[in-house]
Amino acid sequence: MEPVSRVSGRMAPLDRADVDTDQIIPKQFLKRIERTGYGPFLFFDWRAGGDFVLDKPEHAGASVLVTGTNFGCGSSREHAPWALHDFGFKAIIAPSFADIFLANCYKTGLLAVTLPERQVRHLMDLVSEDPTVQVTVDLVKQEVRGEGFSYRFEFDSFARDCLLGGLDEIALVERHTAEIGAFESRRQEWLPAVK
Amino acid sequence: MLSFPSPPGKAGRTLAQKLWDAHVVRTAPGEPDLLYVDLHLVHEVTSPQAFEGLRLSGRHVRRPDLTLATMDHNVPTQGGLRAADELSRRQMELLAENCRREGIPLYQIGSRRQGIVHVIGPELGLTQPGMVIVCGDSHTSTHGAFGALAFGIGTSEVELVLATQCLPQKRLGDLAVTVSGELPLGVTAKDIVLGLIGRTGISQGQGHLVEYRGSAIRALSMEGRMTVCNMSIEWGAKAGMVAPDDTTFSYLHGRPSAPKGAAWEAALDSWRSLSSDEDASFDGEISIDASHLEPHVTWGTNPGQVAPVTGRVPEPRSETDERALRYMDLRPGTALADIAIDRVFIGSCTNARIEDLRAAAHVIAGRHVHPKVRAMVVPGSTSVKRAAEDEGLDLVFKAAGFEWRSAGCSMCLGMNPDILAPGERCASTSNRNFEGRQGSGGRTHLMSPPMAAAAAVTGHVVDVRELL
Repeated sequence: MEPVSRVSGRMAPLDRADVDTDQIIPKQFLKRIERTGYGPFLFFDWRAGGDFVLDKPEHAGASVLVTGTNFGCGSSREHAPWALHDFGFKAIIAPSFADIFLANCYKTGLLAVTLPERQVRHLMDLVSEDPTVQVTVDLVKQEVRGEGFSYRFEFDSFARDCLLGGLDEIALVERHTAEIGAFESRRQEWLPAVK
Repeated sequence: MLSFPSPPGKAGRTLAQKLWDAHVVRTAPGEPDLLYVDLHLVHEVTSPQAFEGLRLSGRHVRRPDLTLATMDHNVPTQGGLRAADELSRRQMELLAENCRREGIPLYQIGSRRQGIVHVIGPELGLTQPGMVIVCGDSHTSTHGAFGALAFGIGTSEVELVLATQCLPQKRLGDLAVTVSGELPLGVTAKDIVLGLIGRTGISQGQGHLVEYRGSAIRALSMEGRMTVCNMSIEWGAKAGMVAPDDTTFSYLHGRPSAPKGAAWEAALDSWRSLSSDEDASFDGEISIDASHLEPHVTWGTNPGQVAPVTGRVPEPRSETDERALRYMDLRPGTALADIAIDRVFIGSCTNARIEDLRAAAHVIAGRHVHPKVRAMVVPGSTSVKRAAEDEGLDLVFKAAGFEWRSAGCSMCLGMNPDILAPGERCASTSNRNFEGRQGSGGRTHLMSPPMAAAAAVTGHVVDVRELL
């Protein structure tokens, strides 16, 4: 994975709560066997309905998605962060994220940042007033900043190290192969194995 | 290692903590615990990119003997074994190739053991108390019904588990859901969990492992417990579980992968210590009185938008509610029991086990599917289908006008041709009523198998207790 430390750019507001991964990338696109190329299908049904906020010309090229609480709930499909990333979003800001989605974002190199509802609202207001307003999501300093504001965010320290270093998590776990082997030798014999 | 009583003098531990502690390979300050995975379930949709990652990095599957693959999401449920579309076929062929290359056992379409991944694990006896089980599917929480720590993971994590049989995980909080009392006639495990989500909303479980307990949970069959645990993710929980007891043990005894002879006795000794200690503390507890529960039906586009069938479509309390009512084409104040339906789907990893099919068949026996309704039963596995046919349930369904299909995920998520047309309204025993979930523009009302069966014969949402 490429290291990720900060994202600067324009925001796109998706002012909805509880956006589920079925909306982010509908099932018919999960038949693909690649990790890339999902961008055109992001929010497929919502965009097909017309007048969808992400398709407004003023938000074209935005790299920071600002959205509502419990974003990414439902299905575990990692295709959701893949689609968001492929579409051009490099960071997402929301009051909360669903657990599996958040883990998938870390693996995808998508900066998913949690801010209190009030601060997310402020960002939504800013972009509504002026779609060209610039914002920086800085993982090193753990802050979201723009002209006249700076919001500190918490971030899982291990995920942060992985993102900043562009670390291969499998390689990290493989460092502990001896401990894994030792654990395996202690497992009960009656535990099932698949024939 | 696998003895679960907490040492004397130490603070009591929850069931979830015991399961966690017993699987920590490595712990270090500032890092997530490295957990060992006892069983990794794999299916065709969330694994191709993981296998490709292994191939590109020259890695192999560490424990193919602790990995089981099946085909479920894409499979056709009628008209033979050939998937309707090229992409589905390719995805299934690729799973077969990957399993062959890595030596992973695969129950593909046509196999006697094929079925929905969360149905076949338990029925083979592979899902056992005390295990950590993962799968690239959010309904992996189903396996928690056996007193296992089971949760869904993404494709990158699938690759990590394939390569190392381990998963780094941050410790999570503990919640208890205590369901006391006795379920009234016509009210099921599905109503327990729908009623729960109606109270909590769809995100309260975030960051938590949930233990379901209390007399009403104890009284549930394993099938019922699986239904409850299955929908843990629908209120945001990482995992849901039930402490194992004699119901669990008698379900497991004699199943193909269950321990035998002396090993069975040793396993039982260990499993009997698998419960939360008396003095274990939870970060929160939710109490439900089962004796006051009614059959539930969702009216909106997430599982938290739900009400008792005797109720009405509520006034919207948020923009999310307003959107949901628009999508569902429902007006506040409409009696839920007045909602006409076009389709009925009895299936999914939530409610397609033999007990679910029996409960549905009981309602429809001697009745006929309403002329305006198209109804189908999709058994959760090929074994469930066989068992139902041995009991003659297929004849009951077919005589009533139901389509009797082959096993798969089918219309729960509509990756195969089993989908709703835009505007169609479906009474469904599945787990998600998200917009477009069962087909773009389709409208889903979640309910129990008896409720779905009752809707099929009456042509509208109806209180099944009127038919019993």
